[in-house]
Amino acid sequence: MTDTLKFIGKRLIWSIFVLVGLSVLIFCIARIIPGDAAVMALGSRASEEAYESFRQENHLYESYPMQYVYWLRDALNGDLGTSTQTRRPVMNDIRDFLPATLELIFFAVILEILGGILLGALSARYAGGMLDNAVRVTSYLGIATPAFVWAVLFMLVFSFLLHLLPTIGRISDGMMRPPNVTGFMIIDSLIAGDLRAAWDIFKHLLMPGTALALAGTAQAARITRSSMLENMNKDYVNSEIASGIPMRRVIMSYVLRPSATPTVSIIALDFAAMLGNAFLVEQIFNYPGISKYGITAILNKDLNAIIGVVMVIGITFLIVNILVDIIASYLDPRIRLQGGGE
Amino acid sequence: MMAEISAQPGGRTVISRKAARLDGLKKNWYRFSRNRMSVIGLAAVVLIILVAIFEQWIAPYPEHTGAYVDFAHSNVAPGKEFLLGTDQYGRDVLSRIVFSFRNALAMGIGVLAVAAPVGVVMGLIAGYYKGRPVSNVIMRIVDVFLSLPSLVLALAVSAMFTPTLFNSMMAITFSWWAWYTRLVFGTASSVRNEYYIQSAELIGASRFHILFRELLPNCSSTILTKMTLDMGIVILMGAALSFVGLGEQPPNPALGTMIADGYKFLPDIWWLTVFPALAIMLIVLAFNFLGDGIGDMLNSGEV
Repeated sequence: MTDTLKFIGKRLIWSIFVLVGLSVLIFCIARIIPGDAAVMALGSRASEEAYESFRQENHLYESYPMQYVYWLRDALNGDLGTSTQTRRPVMNDIRDFLPATLELIFFAVILEILGGILLGALSARYAGGMLDNAVRVTSYLGIATPAFVWAVLFMLVFSFLLHLLPTIGRISDGMMRPPNVTGFMIIDSLIAGDLRAAWDIFKHLLMPGTALALAGTAQAARITRSSMLENMNKDYVNSEIASGIPMRRVIMSYVLRPSATPTVSIIALDFAAMLGNAFLVEQIFNYPGISKYGITAILNKDLNAIIGVVMVIGITFLIVNILVDIIASYLDPRIRLQGGGE
Repeated sequence: MMAEISAQPGGRTVISRKAARLDGLKKNWYRFSRNRMSVIGLAAVVLIILVAIFEQWIAPYPEHTGAYVDFAHSNVAPGKEFLLGTDQYGRDVLSRIVFSFRNALAMGIGVLAVAAPVGVVMGLIAGYYKGRPVSNVIMRIVDVFLSLPSLVLALAVSAMFTPTLFNSMMAITFSWWAWYTRLVFGTASSVRNEYYIQSAELIGASRFHILFRELLPNCSSTILTKMTLDMGIVILMGAALSFVGLGEQPPNPALGTMIADGYKFLPDIWWLTVFPALAIMLIVLAFNFLGDGIGDMLNSGEV
């Protein structure tokens, strides 16, 4: 247990360091831009007083290091400045938009874990068969096709041609929104006992979630397959098969766990890709999440919002990485005994 | 490399060395072509490069790739006159796809031509000086750069500049070099304590010699493989940026922009979206297969 705690503690300290570095990096990018930040934020037709108050408010007259110190002080107090497009504190916007994106990405991750391990296990069990080949082809296509292209193609097939799934948004227009408890609408609607809404929200998640998950699922399946095939040839597995333990049980209890470690790390890698791809997929499905908010901020050069969104994504990514390390060290104790550095 | 080594003992003549090199080439081709997909990938990449070079002659309507409007022929379905149909301005989709290949390749080559050398040099230095402050500083900077999904970092950076093809290339380069540093650091730091490095140090070889003549060759096969695979990924990122409107600006054709403009007209005018999407898939698949083949070729022989 102390090993695990030490391991987690190390990772936490490292993460704080990375976050500070990330904030410096993003701050530099946002400040060393060509042009006057005030003009960029307020447009070229604002009054001189408006520019002046914007500059005062954002400490633009101070030196860069001082500006950063001010920014950091405010950020630690939960103040990321005001967004120039929504004219609200960036923190409030993030609070409103982040849960939607997290819901979408968690949904995609669940699809990826279930799909990846199931398909991988099946294609290892029936290596060389139809399913195995299908997974192989899909994984090639998945790597070669960006999520936003899948999104568009899904939209064409499932909404426009088959009329099976809703095209845009998080919930249909006429539907009652569940009261906000967790921010995850599908869970909220289940808490409220509104199954019809939950089903509707599920249908809205299906296409963007699959578009995000597809490439990763196929890759996870391939990795699971190859590590399972490798483990199937180990002596201990052969001796279990020889002693008459049913194949299903051998796979479920002895092969899957050691084979899951590489799958978990590939899914963790893919999480980064999902956070990035969500920017485009949310845009396409008009899904009201933080990524769509971020894209609007990027296109409008809304600096405070951009810094806020990037920081939130950095934090999310770090938390996920720590969680994955913990899961991986649970699956394979050797990792945590090595101290888990680089 | 193998051929040269096998040719050296006994100081054989130049001719046999040449023969050995030819022999090595044959071996490499054998390793590369063992997987049929690699050969298909190579052929497709050559084809894409040829299309990009001779775009003027291949595109049926080269003039449609600029600011061109012909409303009489807008939204024509794929047919004899326009193989892949026309868009809402009456521009031939096939010609625009053909012309976008050059930008896509330029994107991949441009980004990797900067990101890979920068990342590799940093990685060699960090690997060689492992445990010293220089190395720690470099690797902690790498941690920071890789703490964000590359696409998010590239989006944030390109947001700060006027959207052009060049600026989107810069943004992707900025978010990409650190991968090479991390890759090279791993190999370089493990090779660093081998006897041949130590003896090179002892006889007074320069730092430059050790970094680029001793350490670099050990990393070159992984670097080359990663670069080929990265071509596809970088082109995808470029398409993603231009999809948002942060890459090549209209009326110049870019695959991402074409999809962004086209998907609003789904499902009736499907050819505006589907064909550029297929073009992206083709480019990326080709580079992936080629990369796998190069990986097979470089990694299987050195065991």
